[in-house]
Amino acid sequence: MSITQFLFYFLTVLALFSAVMVVVSKNPVHSVLWLIAVFFAISGHYILLNAQFLAIVNIIVYAGAIMVLFLFVIMLMNLNASTEPQKNNWLKLAGIIAGGCFLMVLVSLVKQANELNNIAVTMGTGEIGLIKNLGKALFNDFVVPFEISSVLFLSAMVGAVVIGKKA
Amino acid sequence: MPIQYYIYLCLALFSIGIVGVLTRRNAIIVFMCIELMLNAVNLLLVAFSKVHNTMALAGDKTSMAGIEAQLFVFFIMVVAAAEVSVGLAIIVMMYRNVHSVDINFLNRLKN
Repeated sequence: MSITQFLFYFLTVLALFSAVMVVVSKNPVHSVLWLIAVFFAISGHYILLNAQFLAIVNIIVYAGAIMVLFLFVIMLMNLNASTEPQKNNWLKLAGIIAGGCFLMVLVSLVKQANELNNIAVTMGTGEIGLIKNLGKALFNDFVVPFEISSVLFLSAMVGAVVIGKKA
Repeated sequence: MPIQYYIYLCLALFSIGIVGVLTRRNAIIVFMCIELMLNAVNLLLVAFSKVHNTMALAGDKTSMAGIEAQLFVFFIMVVAAAEVSVGLAIIVMMYRNVHSVDINFLNRLKN
């Protein structure tokens, strides 16, 4: 087994285990910390796929900015495990069965798709994930969406301030 | 790595997100599970962009096919950041009004 294969399996197990822990943790702060572990594992997958720019952006934007925002909100609210309302066990069981059925249907679909056989993802090669090439594409072909997203950010900022303001 | 492995990983992450949304009542955890689902989709987009690029490279050594998918992932992250800021503001306002983040409270929106 080569080193990239080992890293793939390691990151996969880490991502899945952390994702399960996000859902089952009683304390919201622990959920946030496990979610950061998921984001680091996904960033590792991006690096294995040679998408360095997205790996760095994932760490900075998700694990850095967004998760700190979540932590701030949780700590402002003084939430803890004993006060959290729980769904009753039948509803929880129904949710797990629904998610499991969804997973089962899609996995069986992928298993039957013969078109996907013999298609391999080459790891650690390729130029398209590098900042140089992504920047060229972003500022040549995707300038208009890029500018529109800045307007989106401005409106989101104004919206957050208006909603959060004491009315 | 066969592409199926990536598809299975992303499906599992997405399903865990769905189970989290369906089984938890804390609005913040539900929101975090939605972020998890967004990230599963991002990972699948990047994996397929690599496959597309590898196939295009067989014909043209300098091909940049598949770069659009990585830019889509970038824009998904941009939209997710904007969404999180507004969503957390809504959760804070809800907490200020009812002193709880229980999503069952939102039932009364239907009246």
